[in-house]
Amino acid sequence: MDVVMLSRLQFAAATMFHFLFVPLTLGLSVLVAYMETRYVRTGDETYLRMTKFWGKLFLINFALGVVTGITLEFQFGTNWSRYSAYVGDVFGSLLAIEASVAFFLESTFIGIWIFGWNKLSKKAHATVMWLVAGAGNLSAVWILLANGWMQHPVGFTIRDGRAELTDFLAVITNKFGLLEIAHTIPSAFLLAAFFMMGISAWHLLKKQHVTFFTRSFNIGLVVGLVSSIVVAVTGDMHAVHVTETQPAKLAAMESHWETRTRAPIVMFAVPDEENERNRVEIGRIPGALSLLGHHDINAAVTGLKDIPRDERPPVLPTFVSFRTMVALGTLFPLLTIVGLFLRKRLLESRWYLWVMLLAIPLPYLAIEMGWVLAEVGRQPWIVHGLLKTANAASPVAASQVMTSLVGFILVYGLLGIAGFYLIADFARKGPETATENR
Amino acid sequence: MELQSVWFFLWGLLWAVFFMTDGFDLGIGSLYPFLGRSERDKNMMIHAMGPLWDGNEVWLITAGGVTFAAFPLFYAVMFSSLYSALMLILFALILRGVSFEFRNKVNRPAWKRVWDVCIFVGSFVPALLFGVAFGNIFKGIPIDQDGVYLGNLFTLLNPYGLLAGVLFVCLFLMHGALWLTIRTDGDLAGRAERLAGLLWPVLTGVAVVFLVATYIFTALYDNYLARPVLFLVPAISVAAIVGIKYFLMQKAFFRAWFASAATIVSCTFFGVIGLFPNLFPSSVKAEYSLTAFNASSSPLTLKIMLIVVLLFVPAVLAYQVWAYRLFSVKVTDEDLAHEEMY
Ligand code: HDD
Ligand code: HEM
Ligand code: HEM
Repeated sequence: MDVVMLSRLQFAAATMFHFLFVPLTLGLSVLVAYMETRYVRTGDETYLRMTKFWGKLFLINFALGVVTGITLEFQFGTNWSRYSAYVGDVFGSLLAIEASVAFFLESTFIGIWIFGWNKLSKKAHATVMWLVAGAGNLSAVWILLANGWMQHPVGFTIRDGRAELTDFLAVITNKFGLLEIAHTIPSAFLLAAFFMMGISAWHLLKKQHVTFFTRSFNIGLVVGLVSSIVVAVTGDMHAVHVTETQPAKLAAMESHWETRTRAPIVMFAVPDEENERNRVEIGRIPGALSLLGHHDINAAVTGLKDIPRDERPPVLPTFVSFRTMVALGTLFPLLTIVGLFLRKRLLESRWYLWVMLLAIPLPYLAIEMGWVLAEVGRQPWIVHGLLKTANAASPVAASQVMTSLVGFILVYGLLGIAGFYLIADFARKGPETATENR
Repeated sequence: MELQSVWFFLWGLLWAVFFMTDGFDLGIGSLYPFLGRSERDKNMMIHAMGPLWDGNEVWLITAGGVTFAAFPLFYAVMFSSLYSALMLILFALILRGVSFEFRNKVNRPAWKRVWDVCIFVGSFVPALLFGVAFGNIFKGIPIDQDGVYLGNLFTLLNPYGLLAGVLFVCLFLMHGALWLTIRTDGDLAGRAERLAGLLWPVLTGVAVVFLVATYIFTALYDNYLARPVLFLVPAISVAAIVGIKYFLMQKAFFRAWFASAATIVSCTFFGVIGLFPNLFPSSVKAEYSLTAFNASSSPLTLKIMLIVVLLFVPAVLAYQVWAYRLFSVKVTDEDLAHEEMY
């Protein structure tokens, strides 16, 4: 394999692994801060125990998020040096701002939160958690603006063979980036809510710590309901914007070959990229794609045939990931709405608790699929319309990248197993035994 | 001064602050298997860095990010040239970071031993390799006109590079031992103090050899000879090293730690000043070198980043000083028993 392919695999492995932990950090930090604030306000010990129990799970997850993030900051230099030299003028500053504005706050205050229980007043301690939560979400804003710029570059000019910044305001108000923020952050809250509901469901099934977990479940229910609706709405807005800015991605998302008005959506298809058609098509909804992409049933939607072959993204992964995400995105609000009706008799609704327990991995799947769609669908461009991925890699030896890729897979694989084992173990043991291991 | 020169020194400053802050916890991690005899010792040492290491490590991320923003070409060439060395550092830091969180979560000796090893390796390897990397930058790196690196990992392990690595390790060990005298008690604190005393002549010796070797192997002194007033910076290093010994004898440990911090910052600046305006000198041909002027971002980006850095870095320093003050007291048994802590 060549350096470009190896670097892509490595980058994909590293970011996707990082993003197994990031969403829970973003969502759960806010929920823990909320619980601690409730404790400070009401003095209710249950809220303190909730803060500590969910806080513990948060911290294990957080550690993995931090360490996997560090490699990402440097991979643009190690693996994508042509890219970095070409766009660093615009892109680098967003990363640097993220570090100096958000990471410092987050990392310094998390240390204070963990070790400061008996050093700070209750109120100050809760405030520290809000700072951590705020900083985490702020870092997401900056990194998503950076990614948004790769998806739809704005505010620059090409000078001396590289992209130079001309309009910083345009970069930080890039609609593509803002939509990513509006879609990804709620999806992180959704994931955290389902995580909390799922673990609560497990304990409620065993009828242990009933007050504790009923209360936790209900917080998850409210957050889950609101965020699953927001995610669906912003996802739809996103699709419209993608239609405008990245017609090739939209066409691949839908495996849509012919440019036409009243374009249909097909529920299932097996794309055949060789022959530019779908081998199998089931469930055509006429006009639905025009409606999705342009919010107008008669609008024309560009098909893949009208996009040069060397500018088409891989159709199958883009198509499948979009299908999976949307299917799950439809399921989540339904699950929470059912929960709303059952919330008065949760303990008796054992089937529902089972469903929610088993649903824990689903938001993870949806989120990863979302990224596969966004990133694979952007191919062959690394910066859409500006620089191809094939021209972006570093001039390093393939053997070097191969070695580090194997290293990533081994180290991350083992850490992932250890991390999820610990999270599951502490989740299973429940609040009372959280101290036993010392 | 031009914007590029300002940025050159800000770049140096960020690395210096990274070495100054993270230096002590890399040092403690490297001392961990040697000073941590009992389970309580080990937990004390972990607690001594626990609240602060993550915030310290962000200086590395910021130094990296700022390099990217201000000198994108340099960021691209440096990190792709030092590919394998940097990957080793990153893997080491990954293992170290999770070790703190994981170690005490399962009460089995074999489990704890795994993370104990990771804490040591994860601290020692970066301490050494950062030195090796900077030593090689001082000396010049074999890059061609396209910024393509012509060596491999072992090219970096030359005598001068290794010497710089040993210097960094000594600096960080000293820094860590002094922090332990501040944060731990009893037997452990006593051993840390004795170790600092023993390290001092070693550190001084290595520093002297390094200054001489720098004259032989690098062009760093050219800037100093052109402007002798700059010799003030290595003079500060010398004074700071002497200060470490002086305060150590007085048992003024906090001051000794400050002197050690000043040593690290002034040593870093000794190199940075000598390099100017080179960021990444090419050992193949001087014209291929990357400098603050040929590798920088556009003036607009440099200006925006300057505003960001001038606004936020002082704020960061302020709240980090607060955090350091909060956690510069001795770790108590009550702290060790606290459940959420590592
Ligand atoms: C939507 C959110 C998001 C996305 C897309 C990314 N990250 Fe991330 N990152 C976070 C959200 C986040 C976070 C939630 O803020 C983390 C997780 C744990 C933490 O401390 O912050 C984090 C940690 C984290 C750290 C460690 C910070 C520390 O030591 O405290 C670094 C260096 C990065 N990230 C860098 C990156 C880079 C270069 C990315 C792009 C390829 C990236 N992250 C994608
Ligand atoms: C954390 C969430 C993210 C995930 C899960 C993710 C996922 C992926 C995947 C799957 C690829 C491989 C695509 C392919 O090669 O076909 C990729 C590539 C890439 N992504 Fe992302 N991405 C994420 C965030 C980001 C962000 C925030 C940035 C930039 C700031 C970014 C920049 C890149 C780059 C530079 C590549 C390599 C070139 C390429 O293959 O397209 N990614 N990412
Ligand atoms: C209900 C239906 C949903 C629709 C219509 C939708 C739509 C979209 C679209 C069009 C994109 C691609 C944007 C791009 O190319 O960059 C996207 C990306 C993404 N989706 Fe969804 N989505 C939905 C549900 C979800 C759910 C439930 C989750 C996770 C819980 C999720 C997580 C993501 C993520 C993480 C990304 C990548 C980041 C981004 O581009 O915003 N989506 N979504």
